[in-house]
Amino acid sequence: MTERASSKAVQATLVLTVIAALCTGIVAITRDATHERIAANQQAFLERSLSPALAGTTFDNHLLQSALLIQPSSELPGDGSAIVYRAWLKDTPVAALFVVTAPDGYSGPIRILIGITASGEVTAVRILEHRETPGLGDGIEANRSDWIHQFAGHSLLSPPVNKWAIQRDGGDFEQLTGASVTPRAVVKAIRETLQYFNAHHDEIFSTPPRTEESAE
Amino acid sequence: MSNNSNYSGMKQLLGGLWHENPGLVQLLGLCPLLAVTTSFVNGLGLGLATMLVLAASNLLISLTRRFIYAEIRVPLYVIIIASLVTCAELIVKAWFPDLDRSLGIFIPLIVTNCAIVARAEIFASRNPPLPALLDGIAMGAGFALLLCAIGAFRELVGQGSVFANLNLITGGNSSAGLQFFDGGFLLMLLPPGAFFSLALAIALKNWIDQKRARAAHQPVDANIEQR
Repeated sequence: MTERASSKAVQATLVLTVIAALCTGIVAITRDATHERIAANQQAFLERSLSPALAGTTFDNHLLQSALLIQPSSELPGDGSAIVYRAWLKDTPVAALFVVTAPDGYSGPIRILIGITASGEVTAVRILEHRETPGLGDGIEANRSDWIHQFAGHSLLSPPVNKWAIQRDGGDFEQLTGASVTPRAVVKAIRETLQYFNAHHDEIFSTPPRTEESAE
Repeated sequence: MSNNSNYSGMKQLLGGLWHENPGLVQLLGLCPLLAVTTSFVNGLGLGLATMLVLAASNLLISLTRRFIYAEIRVPLYVIIIASLVTCAELIVKAWFPDLDRSLGIFIPLIVTNCAIVARAEIFASRNPPLPALLDGIAMGAGFALLLCAIGAFRELVGQGSVFANLNLITGGNSSAGLQFFDGGFLLMLLPPGAFFSLALAIALKNWIDQKRARAAHQPVDANIEQR
């Protein structure tokens, strides 16, 4: 009786093991067939999402290789960490692209891409990720409304720092109809990023020193 | 219904699409159904992925049904379904990256769609591979069609368009779809709209069924009225 029960247990274990191995094999084969494509897709998506923030600039380095991870700093929005992609033209800094997180969106953090020229002017801003309310807060997306385009060409000098806010808060920037929390969070994140950029300009373009040229 | 002797492919297909529709009748897999159907293309994408997983899991479980003891069947279903969903996720990521970004977490969450494990338990583990595969396709198609219908309805009422962004699946340039009017009734795109739409769909199905049942008895009724 017990012998039969234990032999059944062994059989069941065997079946589980074989089927688990089989399934692992299926997943392994699929991964092997897809992982190169997936990596290429992710690279392409990153390049595609960075490109609008570089409109009107020329540079000659490989953008994705220029990524600089900024250690959490209280000067930056959110938890203070950011990724910066840097563009040079013949060793002269052209622009920096910040990927920062605004922590205070209406429903969770908003990931923002901010392009800044070496002289501190915004080239363009794009929203990379958000969970704002459809029809209200999602007007910050470039393909939903023109709202995000109003930042191009502005710097901390025009308008002055104390005017970097939405109109409802006495600032110079438009809000969205029916949503002020979302635009407020975005404007604040852009202002803080500009301030960080101005304060750390040389550091951003010097660390780590450019090595691509010598590598090529 | 799962008796092998009176098995008929057509009947199975109709069962999945209408009489036993996983969403409308069995009320299974409602979480993805309610969450992703903000547009036609989202519904179609998740519907096709679910159908693929359901057909493959039914086939695999039916093929291995001789070795599946009652005691270990649940872990086996979990292993098989989870592996297949992982494969589906990788395939979508590799060939439909934009669709993957649009559906996000709901592709991996197919694993929690109880319609799949329900079909494994009720049908696939008790039937030969071919009927099991057909059952997976029929149930999957029923689920996918419902997702498409609810997606199209919510997109139309909520945004005034249908078939927007079909390029997520077909590739090519982004398409605006058919735009009927601007704006729209925003509530339909928010979670309450999903519940309203599903309720309407179930009510519509029951209404049609009742109407047909009444029509089937019509001659008798008519006679009574004439007298």
